[in-house]
Amino acid sequence: MSKARLMQGNEACAEGALAAGVKFYAGYPITPSTEIAEIMAEKLPLIGGTFIQMEDEIGSMAAIIGASLTGAKALTATSGPGFSLKQENLGYAIATEVPCVLVNVQRAGPSTGLPTSPAQADVMQARWGTHGDHPIIALCPSSVQECYELTVKAFNFAEEFRQPVIMLMDEVVGHLREKVELPDAVEVVERKKPSVSPDEYIPYANNESMIPAMANFGDGYRYHVTGLTHGENGLPTGKPAVAEKYLERLTRKLDPYLDRIQLYEEILLEDAELIVVAYGGPARSALEAVHAARSEGLNVGFFRPITIWPFPQEALEKYAGRQFLVPEMNSGQLVGEIERVVGRRQVQRLNRIDGELITPDQILQRIREVMTHVQ
Amino acid sequence: MAKQQVLFTGTGGQGLILAAIMLAEAAVLAGKNVVQSQSYGPEARGGASKAEVIISDEVVNYPKVQKPDVVLAMSQEAYRKYGFTLDEASILIIDNTYVQEVKSRSKNFYALPLTRMTRNQLGSEQSANVVALGAVAALSGLISLEEVRQAVLQRAPKGTGERNLKALEIGWQLGVEALEPAAVKPARVG
Repeated sequence: MSKARLMQGNEACAEGALAAGVKFYAGYPITPSTEIAEIMAEKLPLIGGTFIQMEDEIGSMAAIIGASLTGAKALTATSGPGFSLKQENLGYAIATEVPCVLVNVQRAGPSTGLPTSPAQADVMQARWGTHGDHPIIALCPSSVQECYELTVKAFNFAEEFRQPVIMLMDEVVGHLREKVELPDAVEVVERKKPSVSPDEYIPYANNESMIPAMANFGDGYRYHVTGLTHGENGLPTGKPAVAEKYLERLTRKLDPYLDRIQLYEEILLEDAELIVVAYGGPARSALEAVHAARSEGLNVGFFRPITIWPFPQEALEKYAGRQFLVPEMNSGQLVGEIERVVGRRQVQRLNRIDGELITPDQILQRIREVMTHVQ
Repeated sequence: MAKQQVLFTGTGGQGLILAAIMLAEAAVLAGKNVVQSQSYGPEARGGASKAEVIISDEVVNYPKVQKPDVVLAMSQEAYRKYGFTLDEASILIIDNTYVQEVKSRSKNFYALPLTRMTRNQLGSEQSANVVALGAVAALSGLISLEEVRQAVLQRAPKGTGERNLKALEIGWQLGVEALEPAAVKPARVG
């Protein structure tokens, strides 16, 4: 590890992207994500990369798809209002299986909302904001160190699985400065290139790995890219059998890899009667509350989904039968997943939507109430 | 060291966030765990501004200040909000260039001419934030002057290192003098 330094969450995200090999950034600055664009504008030209400030978020998303098709690792960053605009082209990137990383430093919505205040308003938008059945990966850091590490992972997942990956941050973590220790080197994954000649290349092959090899535009592999439902050759199709085959693979392509994709953290769960499930910035408040509850003799534990999509349901399912408390800075979004996995009657909600970070005291208070009720 | 919580409060544009970042950087140089955060309005200048630093030997989970050990108030409004009700066990530092109406406190109260002194000695109000940082560092005793100096050099905008080091000395000196018994009495305004 290199020596400790003070770093902001957004800065760590940008540094993680650079470590992972990002070469192209297109974006439209928006609070609280702007620092990412600023750092990319400063650093990408120095390493032969490209930074473009686009006319809007729709164009930004389109530009990173184009850049990625030529082989460049591509990044954009935004917040809720911009995330809404990116949804159409996010769907295009999913359907065409173009690797890219989209950072959303969440703020309070709907619409322009509270621009400088934290929230976790886009949890469901990250899952289902773009139309149609589709796979998605969304990672949710709760420390500055993790902003760095998960951005590296986001690029690696994007490249390995030919899949847009969302870094679902929040203002708390994005603007927090904290001591970090960055590694001297990180593991970097590159996309799989075709091993056959251009004549034999099948751009959307339904092979066993579920992930077709991807040729760079300009390398002599001529193929068609479309948002229309397509066959293995990339050309649009209306044939039900071909459409079904494509969608079967697309929607299940992450299934063989879930063990590696679904990241989570477990603390003090063994004897926990009540499990606090929290993610992102508020997970820090939750962990402090859990430790405080333990010092009062209450058997409380902590489960933190780091990958929130695909939701790590098997990991949580092990604890079915216990009580759960889900603090979120929205009016209840990820809690639906926890209810689905362990049953609605086992789950209590705690929501804060005034633009302030949920406090340990608030959570501790609810823990006491729930535990009294349990006994 | 137990957890130490510091609030820098005042008006947007006074550079309080940068001062807080410099203190946090100094804490990292001193080998501490640290988190720094801020809240501010959408405007670039004006409006209330608050920057927070938590320094600890332990891991810091919740990143916001719950019970401040040190409060710097650089506007009357900030004093009203964060200084007026502050526990007397905590250190309150006000810039009496801007904060004139204050409630009496029996201890831990330092009224210093931070901005006025900056203007007089450095020719403009720029760097008043670093003067304030010097006073906060000296009065809180959290971090040594050498580490704060290094942090100021690392974080000062290009070309302003020397000016800001001077500012730091001025603020540190103000703080040290205020700590001497003779200086405590006049600080008890009310």
